[in-house]
Amino acid sequence: MTTTVDYERNMVLATKTYDVVGTRPIRHDGTDKVTGRALYGADYDTAGLLHGYIVRSPHAHANIKNVDTSKAEALEGVLAVVTHADFTGDAEGMVDMGEGAPTSLKWLRDNVLASDKALYRGHAIAGVAAVNPHIAEEAAGLIEVDYEVLPPVVTVEQAMADGAPLLHDDLKTMELGEATDNVSNVADHFQHKKGDTAKGFAEADVIVEREYRAKTVHQGYIEPHNATALWNADGRVHVWCSTQGAFAVRDAMAQLLEMPESNIRVTPMEIGGGFGGKIPVYLEPVAALLSRKSGRAVKLVMSRADVFEASGPTCGSWSRVKIGAKNDGTITAAEVELAFEAGAYPGSPVPAGAQCALAAYDIENGTVDGYDVVVNKPKTAAYRAPGAPNAAFAVEQAVDELAQKLGMDPIELRLKNAAKEGTRRVDGPVFGRVGLVETLEAMRDHPHYNAPLGENQGRGVAVGFWFNIGFHSAVDLAVNGDGTVNLTEGSTDIGGSRASIAMQAAEVLGIPAEDVHPSVVDTDSIGYTFLTGGSRTTFATGWAAYEAAQSVKRQMIARAATIWDVDADSVQMEKGVISSTTDPELSMTFKELAGQLAGTGGGISASESVNPQSFGGSFAGNIVDVEVDPETGKTDVTRFTAVQDVGKAIHPSYVEGQMQGGSVQGIGWALNEEYYMNDDGGMDNSTLLDYRMPTSLDLPMIDTVIVEVANPGHPYGVRGVGEANIVPPTPAVANAVQAATGNRLFETPMNSVAIVAASQGANGS
Amino acid sequence: MPAKTHVQTTINGEPVEFLCEPRQSLLEVLRDEIGLTGTKEGCNDGNCGACTVEFDGRIVTACLVLGVEAEGKDITTIEGVAEGSELHPVQQAFLENAALQCGICTPGFIVASKALLEQNPDPSEHEIRFWLANNLCRCTGYDKIVRAVQDAAVKMQEA
Repeated sequence: MTTTVDYERNMVLATKTYDVVGTRPIRHDGTDKVTGRALYGADYDTAGLLHGYIVRSPHAHANIKNVDTSKAEALEGVLAVVTHADFTGDAEGMVDMGEGAPTSLKWLRDNVLASDKALYRGHAIAGVAAVNPHIAEEAAGLIEVDYEVLPPVVTVEQAMADGAPLLHDDLKTMELGEATDNVSNVADHFQHKKGDTAKGFAEADVIVEREYRAKTVHQGYIEPHNATALWNADGRVHVWCSTQGAFAVRDAMAQLLEMPESNIRVTPMEIGGGFGGKIPVYLEPVAALLSRKSGRAVKLVMSRADVFEASGPTCGSWSRVKIGAKNDGTITAAEVELAFEAGAYPGSPVPAGAQCALAAYDIENGTVDGYDVVVNKPKTAAYRAPGAPNAAFAVEQAVDELAQKLGMDPIELRLKNAAKEGTRRVDGPVFGRVGLVETLEAMRDHPHYNAPLGENQGRGVAVGFWFNIGFHSAVDLAVNGDGTVNLTEGSTDIGGSRASIAMQAAEVLGIPAEDVHPSVVDTDSIGYTFLTGGSRTTFATGWAAYEAAQSVKRQMIARAATIWDVDADSVQMEKGVISSTTDPELSMTFKELAGQLAGTGGGISASESVNPQSFGGSFAGNIVDVEVDPETGKTDVTRFTAVQDVGKAIHPSYVEGQMQGGSVQGIGWALNEEYYMNDDGGMDNSTLLDYRMPTSLDLPMIDTVIVEVANPGHPYGVRGVGEANIVPPTPAVANAVQAATGNRLFETPMNSVAIVAASQGANGS
Repeated sequence: MPAKTHVQTTINGEPVEFLCEPRQSLLEVLRDEIGLTGTKEGCNDGNCGACTVEFDGRIVTACLVLGVEAEGKDITTIEGVAEGSELHPVQQAFLENAALQCGICTPGFIVASKALLEQNPDPSEHEIRFWLANNLCRCTGYDKIVRAVQDAAVKMQEA
């Protein structure tokens, strides 16, 4: 397979250049990660370590009548068994784990170890700690659980049907912000409204109205969840785990175990992927309870089946879109209804999906209704722009169909209606400077967009939005005598953020990125830092590094002024050189001054915490070519171009990596991935053979265009890049499949079976 | 507890002896008995490739090999890929091409890629993608991994 490429496969449309920011140094943690030295959660070991195992419900929905652990406790080699009864206290109040809605402490506790009901197959019932994992597993098999099996509901349509089995007999629906007495599986119904949709649709010449379904999918990180805990004799609990948020784990543990947060120390080990799914606590509290009982450190690691069946997938969804436009392409009104699976407890990503659904369009009249629906599946967790892909799968297909009916180019239709600075979104906020127009123009101008297509091939486009977040981050800097700088931070490095954070400090100090040594440390050793998620880490922790570096810079200038006995106002520091603005003789490098610090008043360090809210939303767009075998329905992605406004790419290689990775997760969701549920409410494909994530052989190179429309709310213009890229692929692939086959699929996954069925339906055979 | 078996083998060029239960996989032995945690567990059923090691000249997933099968074999894990402090060209290429994000799949990819280039010093893009199809990566979309292997192939041929 030889392809001639006559264009730049990874373009950076830079608007401002710097010395360090925008370059591509080797990441600081790279050598450890290519030699196998980097220690991930499951690699942790300590003296006397015990291994645990979790007993899980084989039923999707059941009352738990009794749990008998006596035989397990009697097995030689078993040191502790715990159940829900080992929690103390009354579990009142709410827990905010970060990305996603706050959840009640009772629900979180029940999700960690079930009390009266098992709400999904895989729901944890009890934990065992033993001298090795095999004995722990044997002991788990001796635990007798008496279940009363109940009928399950696994889709929003089943859960919302009249007379549907109820997961929670005390769950009362919130209706448009008001509490009601309606007990149902719908936790919440809300609405965003702008203008008058009836008037808008009356003005439309063309209207498209369709329903869409997206299947439940998993984040699919390669590293299973893990946690080791030691409940020490001094009453402090130490946890080592792979988490996106060490402080989120600490705070959730404090509430679940009813102890002051300062009694818990969480060491974030290297993490093997998360994509939002490693924000919740699952194993950490159980490991802590087992450690309290056994007096030893206890490690728990999920199996791959546990990961699928008991850790957060993202929601399956039902959506309806009605959208109308005038003949000139002006969209006059849109109505969107989104019903998203929350999993076993309320808190689906439908609020975020509703915020993003129509964000790309400047629409006078719009409504978005959201429904948060509990079903007998694991509690959903965040997954890369949580909720937005489900909404985009619906809206971006409807817009594609609208373009076809209008006879307009789909990019021109989007450009005509594109949201821009000053546009009020249907959900309320007014956009600041955003880069949708620039993203669409980069798509239109890309050589891919007008390249010829082969037989059975089709091309689709789509755009997507994610708002990104800010919040708290802390960074400490200390200048070494050799002119390097130690950087200490609390953000889990899930994909190169040590580098992107260190580079922002290096830029301020005028030193090479390699001269900053970043370390990610535990919750006892750095100021409060919100989790790695929401595309916030390079934005906010990078900003903390920028502020700490500014402090170091001020101190270095002051020290030089002292040494030279001049006024500090007459000293400057540019590109790593400290010099006098009045006396050209007075000049030294950062490194020279660093060497003099010890003898001229002592070392220099800085500690800064930030909480920026001036995050800038990110728009992404895709151009996708697919080739569909007309007989088998097998679909190959033959060419893929990912375009995204990232504000500023601090390290363009890792920005491209985010865009490529998010794109491929979206391709998997579009074509193959799904929770295949059986009639008993269990997942039939909880292995990596049967849950079919894309392999290298399934894909072409993923071309990228980095668009840089600087976020005015960040020192270097950063918006955040991690999430918006997963939003457009599902509809872009759907639009490409429609272009290739003439049949539109309204449901993921668009696998061979679905494509053949659609073509047979269209042919009436 | 079942009786343990005494196993003599060679790992990363050094003779190694260990005791293991018949039910322990090579992956469990490497990680928990010998302390070579660079080999990762992603699925424990041979589908993700994170535990890929070289086993008498073939690449295998260590989770599908029993520890007792290591008797008399010659095994190379990620810890044996570099020559002392000198990175293997594949390792260097992964660094320079930003071919890793979280890094959990990286040891398996590096062991598999090294084996490919030893058999086929000038693989096409398709051959690289075919060879690496048993190694799952969820972060990168494979683009930069394929480029890293292409880059390593060029560097190894120049050397």
